Amino acid sequence: MEKIQTNKQYQDYVDQKSPNSPILKNCFNAFWVGGLICSIGQLILDFCAYRGLNEETAGSICSIILIGISAFLTGLNLFNKIGKFAGAGTIVPITGFSNSIVSPAIEYKSEGYIMGVGAKMFTVAGPVLVYGISASILVGIVYLIFNTQSITLV
Amino acid sequence: MNEFFSSLNIMDYVWCFIVGGIICIIGQILIDKTKITSARILVLFVTAGAILGGLGIYQYIVDFAGAGATVPITGFGYNLAKGAIKGVSESGLLGAFTGGIRAAAGGIAAAVFFGYLASLIAKPKMKKQ
Repeated sequence: MEKIQTNKQYQDYVDQKSPNSPILKNCFNAFWVGGLICSIGQLILDFCAYRGLNEETAGSICSIILIGISAFLTGLNLFNKIGKFAGAGTIVPITGFSNSIVSPAIEYKSEGYIMGVGAKMFTVAGPVLVYGISASILVGIVYLIFNTQSITLV
Repeated sequence: MNEFFSSLNIMDYVWCFIVGGIICIIGQILIDKTKITSARILVLFVTAGAILGGLGIYQYIVDFAGAGATVPITGFGYNLAKGAIKGVSESGLLGAFTGGIRAAAGGIAAAVFFGYLASLIAKPKMKKQ
């Protein structure tokens, strides 16, 4: 083996020896699992539309079903296995929001039903709701102020 | 049931799959490149969805990709913002406070209820020896 004399050579040596970054593989898995979850959602939406429900009701039903499925899978400890494989593919869809509530609810059962389950289930979902709701109220107020003919926000 | 399946438009599903997948890829790149936690990803995405929803930009993605845009957590933010705007046009300032949660109530309530239900039934995995 050649002697390593410069930083450049050392860097090349490290790059050569270290395993390839799995980011491409991670992104591919996140892509198809995320896409699949969204397609299941689209199927539920289309079925609701087929049964004559309006868009808003269909959206709520779709969220509730997906949240229910991922809660069920989290309870069976299957969600973590899929999550390990798919990464953001299961975190970014609404299934990740569900998992972020259900998973700590189960894990902190030992600390009791009030301060364990009741409090800890919002460890991740709490911040999501705080920022999501605050942002939506700000959007509403801004819309109220600028609600003129010239600026149409929606 | 056959009638339902034959009524589906395959291109809707192609775009839904691609757009939903791309939003997940953005999340995956943020996780891999910046090492930010998934909690921060969720907060970031829901806020981004609410802002893009408020600006009316997210509506275009929803029209184009359907569930590909509404199922990711950005769609949750969009739904909150859309609800707040609808609330304002119906009942003014009060609507800004009530509209958002009203629109997202189903999802929030379901997650809390199913979470509690799961904690009653499922066993924590740490306990297993």
